[in-house]
Amino acid sequence: MDLAIIGSGPAGLAAAVKAHQEGITNLVVFERDERPGGILRQCIHSGFGLEKFKEELTGPEYANRYIKMAQDLGIDIELNSTVLELDKDRSIKVVSENKGIRAYGCKALILAMGCRERARGSLDIPGTRPAGIFTAGQAQRLINIEGLVPGREVVILGSGDIGMIMARRLALEGAEVKAVLEILPYTSGLIRNEVQCLRDFNIPLLLEHTIAEVHGEYRVEGVTAVQVDDRRSAIPGTEQFISCDTLLLSVGLIPENELSKMAGVSIDPRSGGPYVDELMETRIPGLFACGNVLHVNDVVDNVSLEGEFAAQGALLRIMGKGYTSDGMIDFKAGPSIGQVVPQRCTRGRDVWLNLRVREPMGKMKIYVGDILRKTYACARPGEMIRVKIPKKALQELGPSDTTLQVRCEEV
Amino acid sequence: MGDLRDMVCIVCPKGCQVKTWEEKGVVYMEGEICKKGKPYIEQEYRDPRRVLTTTVMTKSDQVKRLPVRTSAPIPKRDLFKSMALLSKVKVEPSVKIGEVILADVSSGIDVVASDDLLE
Repeated sequence: MDLAIIGSGPAGLAAAVKAHQEGITNLVVFERDERPGGILRQCIHSGFGLEKFKEELTGPEYANRYIKMAQDLGIDIELNSTVLELDKDRSIKVVSENKGIRAYGCKALILAMGCRERARGSLDIPGTRPAGIFTAGQAQRLINIEGLVPGREVVILGSGDIGMIMARRLALEGAEVKAVLEILPYTSGLIRNEVQCLRDFNIPLLLEHTIAEVHGEYRVEGVTAVQVDDRRSAIPGTEQFISCDTLLLSVGLIPENELSKMAGVSIDPRSGGPYVDELMETRIPGLFACGNVLHVNDVVDNVSLEGEFAAQGALLRIMGKGYTSDGMIDFKAGPSIGQVVPQRCTRGRDVWLNLRVREPMGKMKIYVGDILRKTYACARPGEMIRVKIPKKALQELGPSDTTLQVRCEEV
Repeated sequence: MGDLRDMVCIVCPKGCQVKTWEEKGVVYMEGEICKKGKPYIEQEYRDPRRVLTTTVMTKSDQVKRLPVRTSAPIPKRDLFKSMALLSKVKVEPSVKIGEVILADVSSGIDVVASDDLLE
């Protein structure tokens, strides 16, 4: 085939639709789940699509917009199909129940596998290993797709958006959400969720707290919560026991790059995803990455935009119009910047730069080299900032200007 | 005088906090608030509304739950009452996205399907 896309979530579907619209009709999307849509299927809350469709949609509604476009275009989405292997020459091995194991080659491949949740194992939470501990996403899948409530008295570790959204979901389904614990002095999600998921339901938010121990032999019976200092160390004497039968973990998302690593794609430790340019091409020509596999996004509309860029990049490669890395400009993240995606760019087009600050800031300015300066009223790590660098500004740089520092300063 | 509330503005990531109260029909705010935040705080004080999203049971063997949403925000005080009404609903396929699942769940606002239920 000309183009293979791994994943039919908002990144993969947007890439497929754009690719097809641009003339790549010989394309296949591989989806391991039984239905397309990716993680959006279980994100039944609203807030999606404000940029793309100027409407406030639920996850399934947003997914449906793309699924219907894909269906209308006759795009082939292979469901229940898991890609087992990926090689740097873009050959893949796929398994499905009805077709067995098949091998394919393609001219270009787009990685759109999304991300995983960090689980208890990587947190080393002391205590017993009883039943009743779930990641927030697992609980979301159980409730919204399987119709099962994971427990009745819940404690949630982590105040990212998924944790807060699940606090609300559980409260609405009649569970008692005893507390949301957050190790930092601020939540890592949107303010809107603090208000509409926690305050609305009188769910206590304990900042600068974590879990010292899990209790219970066969089922969770409670947790010991403890306050932490500014180095995130437990403060002795601040322990409090909170009884519960369920513990939800919402402590980080990790781009799922097992296949990418198998193919030898270089991964940026700051973003957790591949190094890419402005058309989402990784350092292996012909392999592209977009959406949460590239870096964890906050807004699904941006995920779809990345899918469209990846499709444009794939089109160039398929038509033999790919570009070399000569003359590319590297973005270097300054000390207050956590991550920058894409990490490099050509001088061929406008570049949408995605970045995150390391810590919450008040009024501040973002600088991209000397060519761009933008002021913001405030910034939080949990709210990604997007800056557009015009092509003209890139073309005005000298041939030996191959690095642009991205930094921010409080005003 | 309307009750005094500690409120947080959600219009932008700043999350400004204001003390809000009402006197003779006028809403007053004390604290940092900008011109974008004022209408939000006033609306939220007088008539706080939320879009309710949840799932309902289905009669399908393939798909166990159908996600639904209120077609417009409903009064915050009606959230749990609406959840109780929706817990009794069992949807038969097929249903198209946007179809009314439960009419007038609160204040004349319907609950509609948030996804197709085809099988």
